[in-house]
Amino acid sequence: MKINCRQASRLISQGLDQPLNQWQYVRLRVHLWMCGNCRQFSHQLQVLQQSARKAGRGE
Amino acid sequence: MIAHADLEAELPYLQRYALAQLRDRDAANDIVQETVLAALESGDSFSGKSSLRTWLTSILRFKLIDRLRRKGKEVLFESLEDETDDSDFDGLFSKDGHWQDKIKAWSGPEESLMSRQFWEVFERCSEVMPRRTAMAFVMREVMGLEIAEICNNLDVTATNCSVLLYRARMSLRECFEIRWTGEAKA
Repeated sequence: MKINCRQASRLISQGLDQPLNQWQYVRLRVHLWMCGNCRQFSHQLQVLQQSARKAGRGE
Repeated sequence: MIAHADLEAELPYLQRYALAQLRDRDAANDIVQETVLAALESGDSFSGKSSLRTWLTSILRFKLIDRLRRKGKEVLFESLEDETDDSDFDGLFSKDGHWQDKIKAWSGPEESLMSRQFWEVFERCSEVMPRRTAMAFVMREVMGLEIAEICNNLDVTATNCSVLLYRARMSLRECFEIRWTGEAKA
């Protein structure tokens, strides 16, 4: 069963907070292989997290 | 010893930092005052290895985390239901759950630039965020707390906590997107 972008976007966010389970992880991986939009989205959430952490440290 | 003038020069930054997280001017000023006093008392421990700002921020952060831990549960007014529903993002997706529009790469931001402008965007964006959503984001992404602790502080389940963070990230991503691609969407 494949997931759609909306479901993928939730898993991408969740994966920044805790390890995904095997089911989630595999489906997200496969979706990301296929979907440039979600790869971009995932990258942006990471950039957002990094810049928030940096801002939090006063850098 | 820390020069008082150097300390004073950092006050606007610290106030802004605290205000962005507390969204209450009096509370922000109180905590900045505590921070400055603590800094003056322990001035000897400032090694000069890190910048004064970084050192002061670490003290302020510590105080903010402490305050969030103590006050987390007191300041929650909105009904949780409104905050754990993600239907306000329906417009971003088609019926079958695909992105409605292509996600464009952010052109401008060097990461360092983005962290400098982070507070500015966050302040503006978090004004329209429900309180608990903004707090979850601050605790997780700014403070780097673990998810279990955030759930506990906000008194929500792990699932709801994930939704709060998802909502906050989606909103902030849009705010940054408007800034970095120059294309505001209604």
